Amino acid sequence: MKKLIVLLVAMSLPMLAQASSGDNEYIVTAPINMDDKASLQKGAQIFVNNCQGCHSAKFMRYERVSDDLEIPADIMMENLVFTGGKIGDVMATAIPQDLAKKWFGTAPPDLSLQARVRGADWVYSYLTSFYVDESRPWGVNNHVFKDVGMPHVLQTMQDSMGEKEFETNMADLTNYMVYMAEPIRATRESLGYKVIAFLFVLLFFVYMLNREYWKDVH
Amino acid sequence: MSMFQNMMTWVDDRFPATKMFEDHMSKYYAPKNFNFWYFFGVLSMVVLVNQLLTGVWLTMMYNPSGEGAFASVEMNIMRDVDFGWLLRYMHSTGASAFFVVVYLHMFRALLYGSYRQPRELVWVFGMLIFFVLMAEAFMGYLLPWGQMSYWGAQVIISLPGAIPYVGDALMEWIRGDYLISGITLNRFFALHVVAFPIILLALVVLHIIALHEVGSNNPDGIDIKAKKDENGKPLDGIPFHPYYTVHDLVGIVVFLIVFCIVLFFFPEGGGYFLEKPNFEPANPLKTPDHIAPVWYFTPFYAVLRAIPDKLMGVIGFGASVAILFVLPWLDRSPVKSIRYKGFFSKFALAVFAVTFIILGICGVKNPGDHAFGLPFITYSTVGEIATVLYFAFFIGMPFWTSREATKPVPERVTGSH
Repeated sequence: MKKLIVLLVAMSLPMLAQASSGDNEYIVTAPINMDDKASLQKGAQIFVNNCQGCHSAKFMRYERVSDDLEIPADIMMENLVFTGGKIGDVMATAIPQDLAKKWFGTAPPDLSLQARVRGADWVYSYLTSFYVDESRPWGVNNHVFKDVGMPHVLQTMQDSMGEKEFETNMADLTNYMVYMAEPIRATRESLGYKVIAFLFVLLFFVYMLNREYWKDVH
Repeated sequence: MSMFQNMMTWVDDRFPATKMFEDHMSKYYAPKNFNFWYFFGVLSMVVLVNQLLTGVWLTMMYNPSGEGAFASVEMNIMRDVDFGWLLRYMHSTGASAFFVVVYLHMFRALLYGSYRQPRELVWVFGMLIFFVLMAEAFMGYLLPWGQMSYWGAQVIISLPGAIPYVGDALMEWIRGDYLISGITLNRFFALHVVAFPIILLALVVLHIIALHEVGSNNPDGIDIKAKKDENGKPLDGIPFHPYYTVHDLVGIVVFLIVFCIVLFFFPEGGGYFLEKPNFEPANPLKTPDHIAPVWYFTPFYAVLRAIPDKLMGVIGFGASVAILFVLPWLDRSPVKSIRYKGFFSKFALAVFAVTFIILGICGVKNPGDHAFGLPFITYSTVGEIATVLYFAFFIGMPFWTSREATKPVPERVTGSH
């Protein structure tokens, strides 16, 4: 047993020695909280009002947002569905992709899974790190996404709110995007606790069963 | 006679049900000193069953076309179908778990000389399973049709291109197109869900038949059939059923706890089980910044990269897997188990284990980066050194195993329960 431990420790040494790779210095930790329903609702509102004009979320249905975030269907339809569709529709964008490509140089990507592609910290840092750069077509650049094609659409929001409130709003938006990238996450974790609790109970019984059978083996 | 006994007699007159159960379970004598390392065989079976069952259901909802594959995974399976997400995560976590348990199962064989005479064919069938498993996993990884599916496959499929004269034609034949396309996806789907699982199951049957013919090895590496009681039962043996069935149940439940912790709380496995770029649909026009194969291929991929010449790299890559097949004939030690081998065998095996892990790390890292944060060495240099050590383990084995002094082997097994 002692040898086994020594061996396992020796085998894991190279992994422990792995240094973390140097990321962009502007990437900060996103203050997200998946249990904060109010924050997620606010994030959904910011998303449909500011992002969905150009970006689709084609793997997300309005109905799912309404159910998961506890937004009543009628309020959802009235305030958050601007495309005039049904609640079962996916969150498409109104802008034609070929036109968008002409305007921005590149088609705005679908945002359904963006938080899983980039990570929550990247999304939050990206949203909060636009700066003035007159050399760019839209007069802005971004610290974490150099020479990005997207204009700073949240500029008016940032100017009217002040830094602190803007950051809170961007945290809400990031929160929503993390939710949207994997809407099952909350269910997955709560089911996980139950399954693992069951397995521990089962472990007790199989352990006792094994002990009973092996007690006479020498 | 009871109704059940009547029924079994009826069946046994026509099919050897009881005989098979006795031969492989209730009268199959296994050494009673199995330790922790002996759980990984049965765990491989558990994971195989998991992959087959979840795979069948995933197939029902998956759309194997270039246009529909990504959406069928991320929309149908992950969002619209009830518990589709659970099936997908069980399958993706299961793929990584398969390699974890198989690597540990193989390491057990290295520790206790389970590949030695008379178990050479058990090892060879096992290696064939490992080889088919790698093909199965590779084909399966293309199916979600994400960026890393596409570009990872692009890297591996381009390997035969290094073969002189026929390379390009061979690549085209594998892809069925001038580049990886929906046609490639379709054939990989067919191979992944039909052809390779059948081969895998057949090989598992052969692996177990060969094992049960010669009997299991044990941590002492001695033959339990050498000492028998008056009834002809091995003194150090114990019927597999019920003793090891109840024993394995404990191992299986502990494994399932660890498996479920990953499955329910870390399904992305820190970006190693489900790589981040794979949440973006495959785009033949946009190469990701950094293409890394899934973690379980990276030790062999590091060997490929360590050799500068493309053709030699591919040969080295093939040799790094192929050399494992001849292991039974490289070990010349008079003893099987590491417990009774000399110091140098222990040292070499420890170095080999660390080398394999370092190769795995080199395979995911950018070759030009400083290795482990050390300023004087890059991953590419570390990969080259590790590649030399990897092959040195096999090439040197006949020399040190035939020369070193070994310890006396006990007559009966030690350290049983």
